[in-house]
Amino acid sequence: MINKSNKVLNSNIRNLVNKDYQYGFSTKIEKDIIEKGLSEQTVHLISSKKNEPIFLLKFRLKAFSKWKEMKEPEWSYLKFPEINYQNIIYYSAPKVKKKLNDLKAIDPELLKTFEKLGISLTEQKRLTNVAIDAVFDSISIATTFQKELTEYGIIFSSISEAVYNYPEMIKKYLGSVVPIGDNYFSALNSAVFTDGSFCYIPRNTISPLDLSTYFRINDPKSGQFERTLIIADTNSKINYLEGCTAPQYDTNQLHAAIVELIALENASINYSTVQNWYAGDHNGIGGIYNFVTKRGLCAGNNSRIAWTQVETGSSITWKYPSCLLIGQASQGEFYSVALTNNYQQADTGTKMIHIGNSSKSWIISKGISAGRSKNSYRGLVSVVNKAFSSRNYSQCDSLLIGNLSNANTFPIISIQNSTAQIEHEASTSKIGEEQIFYLLQRGISIEKGIELMISGFCREVFKKLPLEFAAEADKLLTLKLEGSIG
Amino acid sequence: MDKNNPFLEIKELKVSINENIILNDLNLIVKKGEIHAIMGPNGSGKSTLSKVLAGHPNYSVLNGDIFFKGLSILELTPEKRSYLGIFLAFQYPIEIPGVSNEDFLRLAYNSKQQFYNKPEVDPIKFLEIITQKLEFVNMSPLFLNRNVNEGFSGGEKKKNEILQMILLDSELAILDETDSGLDIDALKIISNGINRFMTKDKAIILITHYQRLLDYINPTYVHVMQHGKIIKTGSFSLAKKLEDKGYQWLNEN
Repeated sequence: MINKSNKVLNSNIRNLVNKDYQYGFSTKIEKDIIEKGLSEQTVHLISSKKNEPIFLLKFRLKAFSKWKEMKEPEWSYLKFPEINYQNIIYYSAPKVKKKLNDLKAIDPELLKTFEKLGISLTEQKRLTNVAIDAVFDSISIATTFQKELTEYGIIFSSISEAVYNYPEMIKKYLGSVVPIGDNYFSALNSAVFTDGSFCYIPRNTISPLDLSTYFRINDPKSGQFERTLIIADTNSKINYLEGCTAPQYDTNQLHAAIVELIALENASINYSTVQNWYAGDHNGIGGIYNFVTKRGLCAGNNSRIAWTQVETGSSITWKYPSCLLIGQASQGEFYSVALTNNYQQADTGTKMIHIGNSSKSWIISKGISAGRSKNSYRGLVSVVNKAFSSRNYSQCDSLLIGNLSNANTFPIISIQNSTAQIEHEASTSKIGEEQIFYLLQRGISIEKGIELMISGFCREVFKKLPLEFAAEADKLLTLKLEGSIG
Repeated sequence: MDKNNPFLEIKELKVSINENIILNDLNLIVKKGEIHAIMGPNGSGKSTLSKVLAGHPNYSVLNGDIFFKGLSILELTPEKRSYLGIFLAFQYPIEIPGVSNEDFLRLAYNSKQQFYNKPEVDPIKFLEIITQKLEFVNMSPLFLNRNVNEGFSGGEKKKNEILQMILLDSELAILDETDSGLDIDALKIISNGINRFMTKDKAIILITHYQRLLDYINPTYVHVMQHGKIIKTGSFSLAKKLEDKGYQWLNEN
């Protein structure tokens, strides 16, 4: 007694499920590491390995003592075993023979690794319209197009280089948007961050290239703690892209990053992320714990910061890219697609803090949950009493796939000025078996059908992504969902 | 294929869902050029039959076989059956939020093109093709920009089903209560579309509760289903009799 047609359908689904995470390989390379564990001495060691000026060491030590007094936040809708912070390697860098940024000095294995990830750092093959800073475990290994950008006065380098070359700027802005004691993970990052990207766009400059950072975690025991600091001066404009992947290990690795954006008068920053850290396997084993603090400061009048994120990876995502809207008529935007499958958990959203008059914000969040995953939107829209005529529009949509997934929305709206205009819309829908059968009957395969429905659901967000990212994002989501229906 | 060979042959079909047997020892032969109307009381297994023909995964075929164009199709996925020419017009067409009707129709069309190694058509060419077909069911091009069946009236949903059938140029169309929920004007338009679609190389299975559809579409045979099998076969006059006397009359005889 068999159900023949069912058997055929299920075996198709099984084949799709067994497709692997495409970036799950690891690179064997000679490493310079600091033994695992975290103490004041570790912080000193990191700082001395990087030959840092004393102000930065002080910054780190202050952060470390703050962190010791703090506790992991417990308010999120996430469940995970206790993280043993003494069992993590805080510094792991590929051995470099000469100075950074001479491509010949970089281990060819590393160049090959990035080639495999679709990112070429060598001059002949690199992308022509994007400058890339490539971060491997704890350090930045190369930054492309630096010379060309300098002609425009644009500074784009690893944050370690910026510490030497532009200490005044680092002193002024590092920790100015995300204070070291802001939260548990920001304190941790401030104590042990090892590298990241720094970018400064001078006055009246529109960057001729999109800038980008690519993060790669390679070492199975190391955490990645990087910082990104972007400053857009008066009347400037920049598009920034961020990508990330990690090998497939059956242990969890910690990633706790900080991104700080500062937009001065009339400046505009678009920050786009496609997050594809290893998400763990179909039983929830392994994957990255992603605890990230991203915040933008719209300091100047008419300044604008837009966060666009496509979150598909990580076993745990804890991330709330936010905007402090201080300038008059400043503008904050948050466009997000968060997809969770299998046992992934995401608690993500944004905070829009309206302080300046006539400040505006948009929030469009699309959550897709499949498998046994949990996907939560958490947001805060706050209008302080002196912010007159500010506006917010929020839309939070959830899409459920299958019967075992979980979607939540936790929006908080706090308004202290009666001239504010606030709108909030929310919806929940479901991709069901009957929809799939309908599409199949019309000759549309499961893969194509899901792609069609997902891209329909996410269209408003994908429209905001740079062109080369948008097509990738569509494909990525489909790949991640394969096998979740049936 | 020999004209006298059956186009569709259902042999001793036994089907269950959640361990309830819905179809039991069902037999049916459909030849090219024929229109078969299937009537019967609620719960007699008509919709189950339509879904099993299309390959719905929730039903278990316990016994028997289904041959289409001489091939057993039980092992074929729903999309393969679709490519072979089987079309099911759903009793309750499914809404697909966020997906435009045009994208959906083009993807369906191109999936079939691809299966037969024919070139896929681009959106501009497709608009030409679909615009011609819209006229079959008297639909406005504005339908193309709306999301699939979302917010459609009952009549619009059914027209959209017939539009898909015509677009895919299917060979065996199973129309599951396509007439239900239609006003008289929509019924005429849809019947007209179905009649224009029908040729001597195609076949239609019409599942209906009412004789009124058969006033517009002339069936070759009328079957009555009860308890999962066909218990009576006749001509158009059988439908008339059922309409007058109800299904109870069958059991009295």
